[in-house]
Amino acid sequence: MDYKELISLALSNLKGNFLRTLLTMLGIIIGIASVIIIMSMGQGATASIVDRISTLGANTVNIYPGARRRGPGAISETVTSLVLKDVEAIRKLEDVEAVSGVVSGRTSVSYQGNNISSSINGVEADYQLIQSLEVDLGSFFDKSQVKGMSKVAVIGIDVVSELFEEGEETLGKVIRVDGKSFRVIGVLEQNDASGMSNPNEAIYIPLDTMMKTVIGQNYLGSISVLAVDSEAVDGVVEDVDSLLMDRHEILDEDLKDFTIMNFQEMISTISNVTGILTTLLSAIAAISLLVGGIGIMNIMLVTVTERTREIGLLKSIGAKNNHILTQFLLEAVVLTVTGGLIGVAIGTGASFIIAKAVDIPFIVKLSSIGIAVGVSSLVGVVFGYYPARSAAKLNPIDALRYE
Amino acid sequence: MKKKSIISFKDVTKTYVTGPVKHQALKGISFEIKKGEFTAIVGASGSGKSTTMNIIGALDIPTKGTYLLNNKNISEYNDDELAEMRNKEIGFVFQSFNLLPRTTVLKNVERPMMYAGISADKRKERAMKVLKSVGIAEKADNLSNHISGGQIQRVAIARALVMNPSIILADEPTGNIDSKTAHEIMKFLAKLNREGNTIILITHENHIAKYAKRIITLKDGKIISDKKK
Repeated sequence: MDYKELISLALSNLKGNFLRTLLTMLGIIIGIASVIIIMSMGQGATASIVDRISTLGANTVNIYPGARRRGPGAISETVTSLVLKDVEAIRKLEDVEAVSGVVSGRTSVSYQGNNISSSINGVEADYQLIQSLEVDLGSFFDKSQVKGMSKVAVIGIDVVSELFEEGEETLGKVIRVDGKSFRVIGVLEQNDASGMSNPNEAIYIPLDTMMKTVIGQNYLGSISVLAVDSEAVDGVVEDVDSLLMDRHEILDEDLKDFTIMNFQEMISTISNVTGILTTLLSAIAAISLLVGGIGIMNIMLVTVTERTREIGLLKSIGAKNNHILTQFLLEAVVLTVTGGLIGVAIGTGASFIIAKAVDIPFIVKLSSIGIAVGVSSLVGVVFGYYPARSAAKLNPIDALRYE
Repeated sequence: MKKKSIISFKDVTKTYVTGPVKHQALKGISFEIKKGEFTAIVGASGSGKSTTMNIIGALDIPTKGTYLLNNKNISEYNDDELAEMRNKEIGFVFQSFNLLPRTTVLKNVERPMMYAGISADKRKERAMKVLKSVGIAEKADNLSNHISGGQIQRVAIARALVMNPSIILADEPTGNIDSKTAHEIMKFLAKLNREGNTIILITHENHIAKYAKRIITLKDGKIISDKKK
């Protein structure tokens, strides 16, 4: 069979009925374009989230009390399993660069009649390193201030603008946190990371002060650990796991009273969620492909009927059943693939505009385009087969006599 | 010297069954056509001449009796083998709808060679040669719907000739064109016959049948006369 000839034949047949061809392709065009747009947006959003999480520190490992939480924001009951002695034990582990216990809460903060509600975090001196918090003015508190339960605070840039007048001196000023006086010793630089806790909106005070004076609890909200480098993260996770199992005298893996999370894991969790969402939405968009496919089957059946005499003529000059089948099948496939390519072009263009509009990276993977073209040719084969076969099976005499 | 038979009908019957109704279109006809003959098969509508043409053209097979095309028994062939037979042994010229729409004259003539698996270069070369021989080479790149009725029939003849078939089977080839052009086409067929082509003409018009050297007349599914000039 001369496929080149047959494809150019199919193209000229499709061009011969331009409006009908375009309308028939519309279902495929819309279907492919929406699948491309949804996949592009899903991948762009994932990339954007992953990027933000990575700036939080890919070498960081967090330990939370209680059994495994699924995804960020899961509600867990108060679990008191993590204590300061766990922190000290972790500090001695190999490949641990820094470690800090964390106790967080929300409380009222006031300065000269300005009253705001703010996130307040009791942390150790190492926390600055772990979260790579840059200090703009003054300094972060040190170890001795933590152990000495100093009433000092380091505050985020947004807290400053809410609490103080513009241009007002902040260092050395005394703010009231939950009714207790704290002296401001540091202001953080603008921080780009926007994770679960935004440093720009937070107040940091020494951990021991937080635990004993502010909320009065002897257990930790979490422990943050910084591994020496990203290769060491997995080892640190394992070591912390066995250390804490040991210390908490837990034998059964399923009964652990703590959860270790690192950002790698979080990234993969989020990618998973967005991946599932993208697949689901693409599947919905793909319904349009099904509808488009049925439209193509319909039009191909009409075409076969219209061209019955042509088929009779072709058979009389020696076309075998397979020749006719191939010709009509190819016509359906050329139709759907052309529609698919137009859909890819429209989808890519629209994705670009949307990505710019909502400020996410513009990603259209080659694999998405490959899948789109593959799926559209599959639609052509599946829905073109029945009409093509009925064309091939026409009796030549009946076809020649058809009026 | 005896010329060999290209077509041999032996007691051929054809019965069409439509539901409970049986219609016998051919009631046992026998004849032979030899290489180089120019035969007209004539008869009124319902005489069985179309059925005869379908069988000669390997578009249909007899219900009973045997039809030998070049000594091959067509009745034993399947769809694809019949298609190959039509492709190689028979050149059809129809009354109307002879050419593929939206297709150039050249591509129309090339088409039977495509089904025979001949390469694109050879196809073009042979098609141009045949178009030249029917005197229409200058229209090669025109679309089939942009040429006149007489030209369409010439292109159809070119396509019929291009595979070098055993017979040219023309079914009312002048039915759709004016009488002046019709006579030109018939003269052209007569010329092809003088050059050695075997031609079978199906028609109901006596003045067209006159161009043939032999006239077989059918009536009600039987041969009522078989005259040679």
